[in-house]
Amino acid sequence: MFVTRKAEFSASHVCRISGLSETQNRELYGEGANPNGHGHNFVLEVTVEGEPDSVTGMVMDLKQLKDVIEEEVVAPMDHRFLNFEVPPFTRVIPTTENVAREIWRRLAARLKTSAVRLAKVRLFETADLYVDVTGRDVSA
Amino acid sequence: MNAESVMVTRIYRFSASHRLDSPHLSVSENQQLYGKCNNPFGHGHDYVLEVSATGEVDTRTGLVLPSAQLDRLVEERVLKLFAFRNINLDVPQFASCVPTTENIARVIGELLQQHWNTYLGETQARLYRVHVRETGRNGFEILLGKRPNTSNHESGIVSIHA
Repeated sequence: MFVTRKAEFSASHVCRISGLSETQNRELYGEGANPNGHGHNFVLEVTVEGEPDSVTGMVMDLKQLKDVIEEEVVAPMDHRFLNFEVPPFTRVIPTTENVAREIWRRLAARLKTSAVRLAKVRLFETADLYVDVTGRDVSA
Repeated sequence: MNAESVMVTRIYRFSASHRLDSPHLSVSENQQLYGKCNNPFGHGHDYVLEVSATGEVDTRTGLVLPSAQLDRLVEERVLKLFAFRNINLDVPQFASCVPTTENIARVIGELLQQHWNTYLGETQARLYRVHVRETGRNGFEILLGKRPNTSNHESGIVSIHA
């Protein structure tokens, strides 16, 4: 069974590669390449998979999941300029793909010992663009 | 060890009219099957189209694909064909095909596949999913390839929700 919890954070970022020309950056990132940055209300959906506990009837204590999301994502990223304030984006371009992957890694690390499996991270940059990250077992 | 599979989805909108009427059915059978959608003069929707691509995140750009290139593909090969059109009369693919949202999703998937390499051939991204919402209450989804890091999805219309 899958359970999804939502969260939101607002942050600014800029997507550009310093070695490329303005035209090349615009071709890759569009307006997102504006050197001084811009911001979004990012909407995050975190999905975990597990079976409901026979005693509590819950897949996971969602307060616990909320706390993990708060600590790993919202507190460090909300109202921040990702490129300047949130590692690894001081050296990794904070595209939606990379932000979603970073969130996946942070949450996967925290949920590793939990009874549930992190199934999906969906990050909306705007209402018209979202990125899904799902896991795979590459050792299998 | 866990790695990640990344899928990028862009959402587009187009408004179009259509009428559902199958030449293989009688007048009363069409009315019974399609209900209001069989109204002889047709009717319209604000369709919402989701296009999803999968692929490796390019280590240099941080992108699965530059979304402007996907936008160009969708605008030039899909939206131009469908937006503000009567699908039955103006879109050649529906000259003899009932424009149910199932068929619209299938035709859009075919158009995107057909022109994918022209617009996105330089990227590693692959078309994975087309989802068309006809109204806020129904959506039709077609998966066009196997998602690289999962095992349980094959091509075909996989879900219809109402």
